[in-house]
Amino acid sequence: MTTAAAAGVNARSIRRIALSHKLSRWDVRFSPYLYISPFFVVFALVGLFPLLYTAWVSVHDWNLIGGQGDFVGLENFSTVLAQPYFWTSLRNTFSIFLLSSIPQVLVAISIAAVLDFNLRGKTFWRMGVLLPYVVAPVAVALIFNDLFGDKYGLINSLLTDVGLGPVRWHVDVLPSHIAIATMVNFRWTGYNALIFLAAMQAVPRDYYEAALIDGASRFRTFRSITVPLLRPIIIFVIITSTIGGLQIFDEARMFDQAGQGGANRQWQTLTLYIYELGWNQRNFGRASAVAWLLFLIIIVIAILNFVITRRIAGASERRLRQKGIS
Amino acid sequence: MSATIGGHDRRPGFWVYGVLLAVMLGSAFPIWWSFLIGSQDAAAINQNGMIWIPGGNFLANAARVIDTIPFWSALGNSIIVSSAVSLSVVMFSTLAGYAFAKLKFRGREGLLIFVIATMAVPTQLGVVPLFIVMAKLGWTGSLWAVIAPGMVTAFGVFWMTQYLRDALPDELIEAVRMDGASMIRSFWHIGLPAARPAAAMLALFTFIGTWTNFFWPFIVLGPGNPTLPVALQQLQAAFYVDYSLVLAGVVLSIIPLILVFVFLGKQLVAGIMQGAVKG
Repeated sequence: MTTAAAAGVNARSIRRIALSHKLSRWDVRFSPYLYISPFFVVFALVGLFPLLYTAWVSVHDWNLIGGQGDFVGLENFSTVLAQPYFWTSLRNTFSIFLLSSIPQVLVAISIAAVLDFNLRGKTFWRMGVLLPYVVAPVAVALIFNDLFGDKYGLINSLLTDVGLGPVRWHVDVLPSHIAIATMVNFRWTGYNALIFLAAMQAVPRDYYEAALIDGASRFRTFRSITVPLLRPIIIFVIITSTIGGLQIFDEARMFDQAGQGGANRQWQTLTLYIYELGWNQRNFGRASAVAWLLFLIIIVIAILNFVITRRIAGASERRLRQKGIS
Repeated sequence: MSATIGGHDRRPGFWVYGVLLAVMLGSAFPIWWSFLIGSQDAAAINQNGMIWIPGGNFLANAARVIDTIPFWSALGNSIIVSSAVSLSVVMFSTLAGYAFAKLKFRGREGLLIFVIATMAVPTQLGVVPLFIVMAKLGWTGSLWAVIAPGMVTAFGVFWMTQYLRDALPDELIEAVRMDGASMIRSFWHIGLPAARPAAAMLALFTFIGTWTNFFWPFIVLGPGNPTLPVALQQLQAAFYVDYSLVLAGVVLSIIPLILVFVFLGKQLVAGIMQGAVKG
């Protein structure tokens, strides 16, 4: 073998090693971005872009079939704000939201407190409260529609038996909201109870011992120790249930055959209104205007929520600190 | 000394079990009711609100359901959509979670915070443009329109990041890298196996979330090519609502997830308690 040939081989393998080094450096450098990119691509395409593009659609005449029309400025907004149905939907949305979120959080915390006892058959009871979670909202709505039937429903039969008379669940405003909120609560209360239960079990048991030595009652320890320490998780559940609760569609859509929220829109929510404008009236411009208004409302409520819960929970935590527990 | 505070470590009294039993009845009764009514003769149920014994008509009602709505194709669609979305969410979330938890790159913390923040964005409000896009692509009425938007979720990424941070020792990755494994090989041989328990949980919750989803499939698929909830909705769309038919349909439609619950309910409870949130 000649020296020249050996030198040629060497030069080639050196180049090859250099190249593989370079590739390996690129691999280390760019792989992480490649791995996280699917999320950002999907979020940009189906999350961020549609939300922003909603603003564009909302300032145009835009038909479901005909597509984009003239630029109309804020006309869609002013038209929608002048519609009585918009305000009815806004009222309904808030009413159903309050009727579902507040009782849901309170009941979920109570159930969690009961599940936090040293129970026999823990798993059985925990699974029991979670059962409704696997039933689709549409199925839940169909079942409760029957139970809340105005004429032959089980609930009205029972109410009549105890002399409270039949309630017109599908006619009157507040009863229809209660019925729809019941469907939402049925599905999510147990789920949230398990979230609270997990947080309760993370509370160090010696806090309770200290409270016992101070002579605190069981309810008192719950209120003064458990609830304040649950603060972050309570805020979390309230915020997620706010974002979901203001967008209720399935249960309201299914509450009667027509699916428009009742003859006088007694239980039409804002998402149902968006659907009616966009897909029944084929007016995408107005539907988008309502979507943006709802978006702003959700942001405002989420911020309010955050501030208020922080303040309330913060106050009880300060009391806790004064007692030198945490 | 065994602590008795708040009854936390002592066996609780009967009232506690009484309360739990009441909650349990509240959970189970509506489901039982759907079978009670779904098994009646159509004419019998409007006589009286009080029916406590199942009738013998369930199979006949179920057969009517299958004649009225495209039950089998809706079931098939639900299986396809839910499986495809779960698979894709698990794949992409694990990959991203591995990167966020174990790889070093510029902007990592900021990008992760961004991912978490997007969980609070009500993307449902973008339905109008999303529908316009799907129409442009010619995907309305196609299962792709439901699968594509759900392919990876912020929650999935966050969940896998949290899990892998603790479950996978850095030394292990360094060791394989020293042996000359490429990034993707070290993910495949070290990251993926370590992620398995959390990935299974994520798949389970994504499957249930997709299976029960109504709003977007209802808008984009329509009655022509429905998933189960969309088909179920059609049972009530008739002028006259026959509840023995409707609730027999409900029973048929909830059987698959009830089976999932029977076999994997324990895992669902564990998953939620480990910090799963609404899917």
